[in-house]
Amino acid sequence: MMNNFNIINKNQLSPDVWRYTLSAPDIARKRRAGHFIILRPLADSERIPLTIVSSDQDQGTIDIIFQVVGATTRDLAGLRAGEPVKDLIGPLGHPTEIAKHGTVAMVGGGVGIAPLLPIAQAFRAAGNRLVTILGARARSLLILEQELASISDKVLLTTDDGSAGQKGLVTAALEPLLVAREIDFVMAVGPVPMMKAVADLTRGFGVKTMVSLNPLMLDGTGMCGVCRCQVAGKTRFACVEGPEFDAHQVDFDSLRRRLTMFREEEKARREAKPSGGSHAA
Amino acid sequence: MPLDLNRVHMPEQDPAQRRRNFSEVNLGLDAEAARREAARCLYCKRPTCVDGCPVHINIPHFLAALRDGDPDASARRIRQDNSLPAICGRVCPQETQCELACVLNKKGAPIAIGALERFVGDHALRQNLAAERPAAERTEKIAIVGSGPSGLTCAGELRKLGYQVTVFEALHALGGVLTYGIPEFRLSKAKVVQPEIETLRDLGVVFATNAVVGRLATIEELLNAQGFAAVYIATGAGYPQFMGVPGEDLNYVYSANEFLTRINLMEAYRWNAAATPVRVGRRVGVVGGGNTALDAARSALRLPGVEEVHLIYRRSEQEMPARTEEVKHAREEGIIFRLLTAPVAFTGNERGDLAAARCVEMALAEPDASGRRRPVPKPGSEYLLELDSAVIAIGTQANPIIAQTTPGLALTSKGYLQVDEQGRTAMPRVYAGGDIVSGSATVILAMGAGRTAAHAMHFDLTGQKL
Ligand SMILES: Cc1cc2nc3c(=O)[nH]c(=O)nc-3n(C[C@H](O)[C@H](O)[C@H](O)COP(=O)(O)OP(=O)(O)OC[C@H]3O[C@@H](n4cnc5c(N)ncnc54)[C@H](O)[C@@H]3O)c2cc1C
Ligand SMILES: Cc1cc2nc3c(=O)[nH]c(=O)nc-3n(C[C@H](O)[C@H](O)[C@H](O)COP(=O)(O)OP(=O)(O)OC[C@H]3O[C@@H](n4cnc5c(N)ncnc54)[C@H](O)[C@@H]3O)c2cc1C
Ligand code: SF4
Ligand code: SF4
Ligand code: FES
Repeated sequence: MMNNFNIINKNQLSPDVWRYTLSAPDIARKRRAGHFIILRPLADSERIPLTIVSSDQDQGTIDIIFQVVGATTRDLAGLRAGEPVKDLIGPLGHPTEIAKHGTVAMVGGGVGIAPLLPIAQAFRAAGNRLVTILGARARSLLILEQELASISDKVLLTTDDGSAGQKGLVTAALEPLLVAREIDFVMAVGPVPMMKAVADLTRGFGVKTMVSLNPLMLDGTGMCGVCRCQVAGKTRFACVEGPEFDAHQVDFDSLRRRLTMFREEEKARREAKPSGGSHAA
Repeated sequence: MPLDLNRVHMPEQDPAQRRRNFSEVNLGLDAEAARREAARCLYCKRPTCVDGCPVHINIPHFLAALRDGDPDASARRIRQDNSLPAICGRVCPQETQCELACVLNKKGAPIAIGALERFVGDHALRQNLAAERPAAERTEKIAIVGSGPSGLTCAGELRKLGYQVTVFEALHALGGVLTYGIPEFRLSKAKVVQPEIETLRDLGVVFATNAVVGRLATIEELLNAQGFAAVYIATGAGYPQFMGVPGEDLNYVYSANEFLTRINLMEAYRWNAAATPVRVGRRVGVVGGGNTALDAARSALRLPGVEEVHLIYRRSEQEMPARTEEVKHAREEGIIFRLLTAPVAFTGNERGDLAAARCVEMALAEPDASGRRRPVPKPGSEYLLELDSAVIAIGTQANPIIAQTTPGLALTSKGYLQVDEQGRTAMPRVYAGGDIVSGSATVILAMGAGRTAAHAMHFDLTGQKL
């Protein structure tokens, strides 16, 4: 269990989005769809949660896909292939509850498309029909379209600027399918406003909807409580009780507010440390 | 010889100075002061102090060597009973244990056992006194889950018996609460906790950080696939409890664990140098009355920009479970005690940031199940306390990860692990102790449980009693 979490492969998927293959044989053996890890790129970085997108037991590797949004993801992007990330724990969280529902709408927004991929694969493997709806600000930010298309019966794209697919939000593509009673189950992963909009929409149709929440996290083992979310009026720790919850029970406004907790410190940090230079031990 | 009732005084940093730094408050005794204090002991035939210590450290035995000016021998003696004296000397609630039971306490001047234990422990670390080496190596591998005081003690005991010991720790740093919880100004990481861990490493204990047992390998896999002869579970009770009042999800309402972890483990006390932030504003409220609450309050006071720290506790000072010394230090440093007060709600601004705690005053009624007088709200006493941040330090629960992933264990109704008196769980070859069994308790009890379980493991594996 004393791994060196080396970066085996480093690929750029879009201007700010990277896919890494990391050496983590014990985690690769254990991980299931829906699991995540917490890593710390450098000894002086924060610990951040990232979803395990895929794994290869034979090679002893796991893949992550992340978007550079702040200091820690920038530290991570600054590492080179062959270098290790300092610390990495997992697999964390409950794996996705996979069942055969019939037709499942897989809704992903932005970098939320990354966590969606393993879940989609698992639902597919369980015999579901998949309708995949991917949303992003612009075509250049859409990731994993090919991988998802290869396991989906239908793929619908939406972009804010209309550069790919339908112009507008994912809900615009989802609504007609709900109206047509084509969808038995919805899985949505993406920015909080997107997940909230999907939840509000599907509630009216009574279609069961799960979301994968992305609160701030620290230890990932249930020790700190920063990841607490309000679900059905109760406090739930997303790192050990989630991260997937029934969308119709989630207080998204609380989650959205809590994500802004350290906005000023994050901004200061981004500005203070201009290049996520590679200085790993 | 007349009784010497001049109890030694622990030198400490001046309150005005220390409330702005994270260096240790207590500075430790010098050799002469320690010798004099040890000479004050009556060396009672029936030392009541030993009965007061939960692990029955042979107190007069180590004091005698100190009195005779032989701190090396004193260190060897204490280490037979307590592998982490520098830590216990600092954090044990001596005033309710060994020092309470000391005969000289009746005269108001018990021997400063804690301060002397700290002196001897520090001496051993300073002199780099080698720990007892195993007489002979054994082939059996033992897994310890969790690197808090309980796991560390169990690891040390087993290693001394020659076992091949690996400690698995979920976090990136070792020490459990000693590292992420108890702040630097009470227990130096660099001077005490790290060197104690290095001593174990020198002895041959192997440490595996970043290993969440249960998720990565299960207990069952450690035993069967990975060939461990036995497992000791010492995962602590680090699952924070919230009050369940409205507004607890507002920004800058922290659990004590989150707050202290940001400051200690992620080193937010280094302020500008640290990547992990903590934001407190000018006015901080801390809810609770235990060691954790006082540690949070005093840590908050030391952060830049903080002007007022309110300690909000629903009973009176008498019922506070914290160490007496911490309460005294907190008062000296200027923590504002709001006793007989409880928050009933937190209110926020439009951005979801904390703005105030709605507090109610309490009165004490007849004693409850814990033997302490039960607080009841005084009607019509509600008021608003403006706060920029709040820390909830009202206790912790059992972490569910091991229980969820180890079906063979028997649990109490509160989710703690059930063990026999020697630390054996319901699963063969699996032992447990410390806070995950007792609920949140003390460092010395967690250590005692680690030692007891180590001896039980040795007995179960070899048939030899220690
Ligand atoms: C279970 C889980 C799985 C995740 N999986 C992925 C993944 O596969 N790929 C990926 O790119 N990201 C994922 N995230 C989000 C990722 O953890 C954050 O983007 C990261 O922590 C940002 O750190 P930073 O220091 O670079 O940015 P910061 O400076 O901390 O933040 C920059 C901006 O990002 C926002 N932000 C910070 N943390 C989060 C968060 N947890 N979620 C959403 N926004 C956040 C901040 O509010 C801020 O606006 C996941 C989060 C969780 C909880
Ligand atoms: C802030 C604070 C102040 C305190 N002050 C005092 C004091 O002054 N005096 C005193 O006597 N007591 C004090 N206590 C209580 C004391 O610290 C605890 O009783 C003691 O640490 C319990 O020891 P432990 O070894 O059982 O658990 P812990 O110290 O909690 O250590 C458990 C370790 O196990 C790890 N772990 C958990 N789950 C897993 C897993 N699945 N896999 C691997 N590792 C895992 C955790 O990360 C942690 O490192 C204080 C507690 C706190 C929180
Ligand atoms: S371990 Fe604690 S109670 Fe026991 S003698 Fe030492 S200070 Fe006193
Ligand atoms: S009870 Fe007090 S005086 Fe007697 S041996 Fe113990 S420490 Fe010394
Ligand atoms: S991240 Fe700390 S409890 Fe979930």
